[in-house]
Amino acid sequence: MKGLHSGLVSPEGNWWEPVGKQEKTWVTISFIWCMLLFAMMPLWHFKGGQNPSSGVRSKVDAQAFRERHQRFVKDYQVMVDGQPLMDGKDKNIPVVAPPPGSEVYIQASMWTWSPVLRLQKGATYSVHLSSVDLNHGFSLYPLNLNLQVVPGYDYNLKMTPNQTGEFRIICNEFCGIGHHMMVGKVEVVE
Amino acid sequence: MTSRTCPILGLKIERHAEWLVRVNAVTAIVFFLVGVIAALLLVLTRWQAVHYLTAPWYYRVLTAHGLNMLIFFIIFFEMAVLYFAGPIMLNCRVPAPGVGWASFGLMLLGALMVNYYVWAGKADVLFTSYVPMKAHPGYYLGIILFAVGALVVTGLFFAALVVARREKTYKGSVPLVTFGAFTAAVIAVITLLHGAIIYIPTFLWSLGLMDMDAEMYRMVWWGLGHSSQQINVAAHVACWYLLAGLTVGGVVLNEKVSRTAYVLYVLFISMASAHHLLVDPGLSAPWKIWNTSYAMYLAVLASMIHGFTVPGGIEAGMRLRGFNQGLFQWLTRAPWFDPGFSALWLSLVIFGFGGGITGVVIGTEQINIIAHNTLRIPGHFHMTVVAGTALCFMGVTYYVIPLIFRRRVALWPLARVQPFLFGAGISLMAIGMTYAGGFGVPRRHWDISFTNAAFSIEFPPIVDLFMALVGIGGILAAVGGLSYVAVAVLSLLGRPLSDSELKEGGPGIPQGISSLPPQSYSVEETEAAHSRGCPGTMVLVFIFLAAFVVYYFANWKLLALIWKVG
Ligand code: HEM
Ligand SMILES: [Cu+2]
Ligand SMILES: [Cu+2]
Repeated sequence: MKGLHSGLVSPEGNWWEPVGKQEKTWVTISFIWCMLLFAMMPLWHFKGGQNPSSGVRSKVDAQAFRERHQRFVKDYQVMVDGQPLMDGKDKNIPVVAPPPGSEVYIQASMWTWSPVLRLQKGATYSVHLSSVDLNHGFSLYPLNLNLQVVPGYDYNLKMTPNQTGEFRIICNEFCGIGHHMMVGKVEVVE
Repeated sequence: MTSRTCPILGLKIERHAEWLVRVNAVTAIVFFLVGVIAALLLVLTRWQAVHYLTAPWYYRVLTAHGLNMLIFFIIFFEMAVLYFAGPIMLNCRVPAPGVGWASFGLMLLGALMVNYYVWAGKADVLFTSYVPMKAHPGYYLGIILFAVGALVVTGLFFAALVVARREKTYKGSVPLVTFGAFTAAVIAVITLLHGAIIYIPTFLWSLGLMDMDAEMYRMVWWGLGHSSQQINVAAHVACWYLLAGLTVGGVVLNEKVSRTAYVLYVLFISMASAHHLLVDPGLSAPWKIWNTSYAMYLAVLASMIHGFTVPGGIEAGMRLRGFNQGLFQWLTRAPWFDPGFSALWLSLVIFGFGGGITGVVIGTEQINIIAHNTLRIPGHFHMTVVAGTALCFMGVTYYVIPLIFRRRVALWPLARVQPFLFGAGISLMAIGMTYAGGFGVPRRHWDISFTNAAFSIEFPPIVDLFMALVGIGGILAAVGGLSYVAVAVLSLLGRPLSDSELKEGGPGIPQGISSLPPQSYSVEETEAAHSRGCPGTMVLVFIFLAAFVVYYFANWKLLALIWKVG
């Protein structure tokens, strides 16, 4: 055995020495914990309900997504007295009620989330998220469910609302000077 | 080239090495000052009750804060660490001092260019500058120049290792501190290559010469952005060992264990960028899981190992010096008002309990859904790179001032409490951020009252409380940061000390300098130390593990409450 020294001292000779019992215990326990941390992620893919990397993800160009989003709005727009129902401070965002199981297109642009969605509790939707300009951040309030919205990519995930109420979409990725005013809305009904 | 012999450590210090440490450290502190002023403005804006800056200035100042702190302050300081851990600790010369000075000039030029474009409002893109958001080409060029300079300095460090070995300026293997700095430098090379891969095309793109893919950019940019955090960890762990040795004679329990842990950092750095892309489109689950865990959490394992060996080494060192009563006399009798020691200990504890645990949790593939881009993120990294790295570097500064600048630490009573001010402030702020983020409060956001938004949102009143905590903690941290700058600057303006004055001690000279604790022990003492072990540290690490387990599973529980998604 050699003498102990600080980290400032050049150790001479062979310092490849046996490890003390306490260190061995701690390293072993830490290692097991790390493996558990690792195992939890694949496990949740089988057992858990929230997995941000499932589903199909593909590239999409901004123009194509914009058109697909417009078609989606036209198909399922909520009409009142023959007029499309509009919402928001300036009454310029269409309200859309897609049927359960449908494909839902949420478009982020500087600085609007379109459309306002009216979903049904317990129904599953296939949501497509994309941006037609910069990065945006999809943050569903008050659930605190956050996803990155990247231009050129269609983020397709299944979502199943488990409660009714009014929700907001906060943009939580910096997207220019109007970033803090970019708020959207989702309603969930029975 | 002339050199002198350090009266405390007995090292031969060459003038170039000494001046390169000095100049890089001073430059770091100047950028830190800019960063702290920016921080104060940000805090006073995020605290909605004050809401000081206008929106354009909030985003501009946020950009400046991120760059000046995370890039310029930290990296200039790391350059000083490399010169200290290389040429100085190995008793050797700087291989090509001219190159050292030229790369310093390049880095400074780059940093000044970046600051010019940011403050002139030509780069309101935040430090991540996600494309297709565009800054002035000069901004990207500035970053490239800075990175090239840093890359050259790491090259000089490797060259110093070779020179020292060839000229036999040390016996045996390099000290653990130098070995740690070596791993930091290796990671720096990997990181800076990512930087080149992303910034050069982005520079060309900003000139209109090529196209950029937004997701590709995020992936490669974070290869730079997160790997550079691994440089910081490796560097500050090296500084933990350095400060432990200097302040209390902390020993290396086992060279094999500590060095292997460092090697794990290098081997399992993987694609660290995955952390930032967990809720991004276009990437598969296996890719995310493998890379976010740095290949099965083996880098986390490395940190958990250092988290034992550093306090364990301090405990063993203190026990060797006779503080042997009970479980914790080694701690209660530690030199708490030596700012080198308190900075080391606070850095260790806040980094481990705060930054480490939150980092693993929010970096879990699925849990990231309830954390991404909320205030939980800055909450986390102000406990890693700020309370961990920056605070540790502050502690190092208090030893560098007498050892390398040969000056008294000025405003000594203030310096003695500065680590507590800064540590407490950052902790309060980070706790406030973490909890506010848990309610969905976004980061990088000027107005969480959402005036003029299409739809209104009102956060629950408890969020106001957490944001006030951000405000108060942030102000306290800024006061701690400004105190650090004041102490450092006034110290340098003081008069140089003679060798005997340094050894004599007194106000302004940390106790580890005036009475350096023993740095090595005999075999008999070592045997006694091994049979005593580190019972106090064992208790501490198990408390840590318990906190880790509770926080981890509590977050899975919270995640399970939200909608099914996937
Ligand atoms: C002096 C004490 C400090 C205080 C009070 C402070 C405070 C803050 C605040 C309030 C934010 C803005 C969070 C937001 O609105 O999203 C922030 C962001 C940030 N801080 Fe600090 N900070 C301090 C020191 C540091 C240091 C030393 C570093 C790095 C070493 C650092 C790195 C960052 C980074 C990288 C960001 C994120 C910028 C962005 O989102 O673009 N901070 N800080
Ligand atoms: Cu946005
Ligand atoms: Cu935004």
